[in-house]
Amino acid sequence: MARRELPEINAGSMADIAFLLLIFFLVTTTMDTDGGLTRKLPPMPEEELEDLPEVKQRNVFEILVNANDQLLVEGQLMLVSELRSSAKEFIMSDPNREDLPEFKPTDVQFFGPEFPVSKGIVSLQNDRGTSYDMYIKVQNELVAAYNELREDLSRQKFGLTYNELSNEQGEAIRAVYPQRISEAEPKNIGE
Amino acid sequence: MSKFKKKSNKQPAISTASLPDIVFMLLFFFMVTTVMREVDLLVEVSTPNATEITKLENKALVSYIYIGKPMGSLRRTLGEEPRIQLNDAFATKKDIIQWVEMEKNRRDEAEIPRITWSMKVDASTKMGIVTDVKQELRKSNALKINYSTREIDRIVD
Repeated sequence: MARRELPEINAGSMADIAFLLLIFFLVTTTMDTDGGLTRKLPPMPEEELEDLPEVKQRNVFEILVNANDQLLVEGQLMLVSELRSSAKEFIMSDPNREDLPEFKPTDVQFFGPEFPVSKGIVSLQNDRGTSYDMYIKVQNELVAAYNELREDLSRQKFGLTYNELSNEQGEAIRAVYPQRISEAEPKNIGE
Repeated sequence: MSKFKKKSNKQPAISTASLPDIVFMLLFFFMVTTVMREVDLLVEVSTPNATEITKLENKALVSYIYIGKPMGSLRRTLGEEPRIQLNDAFATKKDIIQWVEMEKNRRDEAEIPRITWSMKVDASTKMGIVTDVKQELRKSNALKINYSTREIDRIVD
């Protein structure tokens, strides 16, 4: 009579498979790094600066946030969702318009020795009573405005996304749209 | 009176020899992915949302400052006012300069300019205390800061 019993499955290679999986997970798992908005604080001035360089009104994009989390941009009440587009308009500027920032011919790699770079500065002032949530929203929109413009320029000039650029190319893009966000001392009206 | 071997219809049991391997695999997996919490939080921190996030890569070069309301049980004695937490203890803004020095001393000299000072601030906090902390950081020459946020797709008003 034929034996019907099945032969036992060889489990010798199981360990190999297990190690393979282990290594797979080791390689692919990214530990959840926490992220956020990275900013550079200006260093403390050595001594009180008396004669600050004059900046023309048209070169400044003035953002005020009050203690009730209301936003005043260039003298106009605005919602956070509208900030990005108007910030982009300002940063990009336009040689044909008197109310947008002036240009300064600058030597930028890949773009030529006399490439016009906008002199615009974004000035942000908040109140001590402004909520942190609102502050982050405004900061986020400003960073987003710069990022979008850099992305567009990078695609237009190099045909690559901003993240794919080489170091020199990235530097050139950053030179065309330098991130100039100045934070004024907060006021204390409504804490 | 059967002396014949009973014909067994049962299939052989599945080998469990590899079970330890699987268990070890899972163990290793969890060991690797688990992030130990370095400090006991004394303040409530629920960070705001943002879309333009940069990831903090090198954990060893990040120092955290927590700002928020004291945790539930501490609130009875300490009140609702937001507080600063450095390492494992509450601190005032005057302690920051000293703390920054300590954090810098903990690292190699070459790494000091690369330290990121991550501010984990509760979304409901007012900017007053945050500004004070930022001023102290500026005074102590700790300039590369990161506002810790959670990632979302879009900002709402």
